[in-house]
Amino acid sequence: MARNENKVKEPLFHIVKRSSVKWYQAWGVRIASIAAALIVCALVTMFLTGKDPLKVYETMINGAFGSEKRIWNLLQGIAMLLSVSLAVTPAFKMRFWNIGAEGQVLIGGLATAACMIYFGDKLPTWALIIVMLVASIAAGAIWAFIPAFFKANWNTNETLFTLMMNYVGIQLVSYFVTVWEVPKGSGQIGIINQSTRAGWLPTIGDYDYLLNIIVVLVMTIGMYIYLRYSKHGYEISVVGESENTARYVGINVKKVIIRTMLLSGAICGITGLLLVAGTNHTITTSTADGRGFTAIMVSWLAKFNPIMMILTSFLLVFMQKGANEISTVYRINQSFSDIITGIILFFIIGCEFFINYRIVFRHKNKEEK
Amino acid sequence: MFNAVTLITFLQRAIVQGIPILYGSTGEILTEKSGNLNLGIPGIMYVGGISGVIGAFLYEESLPSRDMINPFLAVFIPMICTVIGSMLMGLLYCFLTTTLRANQNVTGLAMTTFGVGFGNFFGASLVKLTGSDIPSVSLTATSKFFKASLPFADNLGWFGKIFLSYGFMTYLAIIIAVIAAIFLKKTRGGLHLRAVGENPATADAVGISVEKSKYMATCIGSIIAGMGGLYYVMDYACGVWSNEGFGDRGWLAIALVIFALWKPDIGILGSILFGGLYIVYLFIPGLALSTQELFKMLPYIVTIIVLIVTSMRKKREHQPPQSLGLSYFREER
Repeated sequence: MARNENKVKEPLFHIVKRSSVKWYQAWGVRIASIAAALIVCALVTMFLTGKDPLKVYETMINGAFGSEKRIWNLLQGIAMLLSVSLAVTPAFKMRFWNIGAEGQVLIGGLATAACMIYFGDKLPTWALIIVMLVASIAAGAIWAFIPAFFKANWNTNETLFTLMMNYVGIQLVSYFVTVWEVPKGSGQIGIINQSTRAGWLPTIGDYDYLLNIIVVLVMTIGMYIYLRYSKHGYEISVVGESENTARYVGINVKKVIIRTMLLSGAICGITGLLLVAGTNHTITTSTADGRGFTAIMVSWLAKFNPIMMILTSFLLVFMQKGANEISTVYRINQSFSDIITGIILFFIIGCEFFINYRIVFRHKNKEEK
Repeated sequence: MFNAVTLITFLQRAIVQGIPILYGSTGEILTEKSGNLNLGIPGIMYVGGISGVIGAFLYEESLPSRDMINPFLAVFIPMICTVIGSMLMGLLYCFLTTTLRANQNVTGLAMTTFGVGFGNFFGASLVKLTGSDIPSVSLTATSKFFKASLPFADNLGWFGKIFLSYGFMTYLAIIIAVIAAIFLKKTRGGLHLRAVGENPATADAVGISVEKSKYMATCIGSIIAGMGGLYYVMDYACGVWSNEGFGDRGWLAIALVIFALWKPDIGILGSILFGGLYIVYLFIPGLALSTQELFKMLPYIVTIIVLIVTSMRKKREHQPPQSLGLSYFREER
């Protein structure tokens, strides 16, 4: 009998879930994985450009921090990405995979642009901005409400639904771009109200982006408090952990799903407003620029913590700006930054495993009988 | 308006448009049946396409003259490159989501970012990196073999035009979809795969290796999806790579999966329908440029409607695999 038991093959290693992880261990693993990712990125860059990796890093840092203007651009980039990330976070905490932020932002921007074009010369500035704010929030919220409504009532798969809504949104924008195009046949709108500046968000001092950054910062703190200390935030966590528990303790799951998605869409709408009225003063199908998708990773990497998201969105925007600089300086294609971002993401995604699980190797059993 | 000639042209072009989507969706159906919601499909199709381009480009460059091109190698080399490229992407996805249990949505989206970037980067800089003296990547010599249709197709009138006027990869797509449908519906392997996607814990309990099934399904699925990219470049685009040219077809493929209710055989007809919806604006006379943009929404709207209707009717065989999007960890039950 004993012999037979010994013959059972024990695997070389097995995986055990860690019961608790100290925060410094978790961050140690994350920092190590980012370091590893940077090394791989440097190798890839070296291979493609034939330049010294240290030089490459220097170029990257220069691209992100090289001048005052670049720093402002970096901050603006972080603010916009962070804003979309804030929007998707409450939904994710509820395990509602809203990957439709791209469309929600675009629709918010579209509503803003429509107000700027149609009411630009009819309303005083303050009234126009209020109308724009209301319109963008409503548009984003409606775009998010549609999938939420079906999810709440019929459990329609929200990942696929929101994904499809993106493309409906993109085509809607491209429809209005052709309707509004200036001059006719150019396929773009150009700067809206360039002479009157009607509906442009005000600038603080000489800093074009300062207002955007302040708005997003306020929203970040607001979202942190909302998720952490409010009753709504608590309900979101419970629904996310287990819908059955939520139902058992008397939380109206349908209401929470719809309410949270309305909030999510509203913030996306505001982001659209900031992008159209506060940054570009025009709208194209690439106004959201993939942020709706990147934001998902920002939010997930920060473990849905709004304050941590400042860090993760900094990381991603820094990599993009840096890689863009590399492609300009060494004259390689712009898509290089996507490759670099992809590699970094793979490393960070993979490293979560080592935070949550432990690998136990087979040890020789010496007390054989 | 719609006379017989335009109808035939419309059908033919709808099929041509539908084939890349069909490859993508057949691949994604296999993947999703194992419980992996691979949102990296658009990226994988880009990688598949560019891998084939790189292979064909290097082969064409290695020849002293274009006339010496060997038909077999001209087809074989790009296909092998596509298989390798897209399989590596599938392996990466599986390694992250199955072995390392990462979140599938996040991993998939990262793969799409990476894959699209990879495709556009090499598409634009292939010429520069290899130091060749031609202005852009144009593989017309290779493409000729991919596009070759039966010589007597032209003599058969409308029948030949609708059924026989395509390159071999069109038929390959349909054959693969049929095989996938039979595999899922009729074979033991398909049953096991579906079990893994519906309820991995039960599948594990009866002795099916969940990890192995997921790896196999995702890698084979990725290879099939990658073929869609290759078809697009070599057949549809006549061997000319243009950045962003592939567009949103990858997402359409994911839409088609839903439309086809996770059945590859319905996917064949669905792909023709999607292809038709994709180009129908070209065939309706007198459309303003702006209205054309609205027409391009159609495939997505149709998908949303299907998604809503199936979720309302709650027929069990029309639902997504139950564990779709979830990682499986045996100890966690």
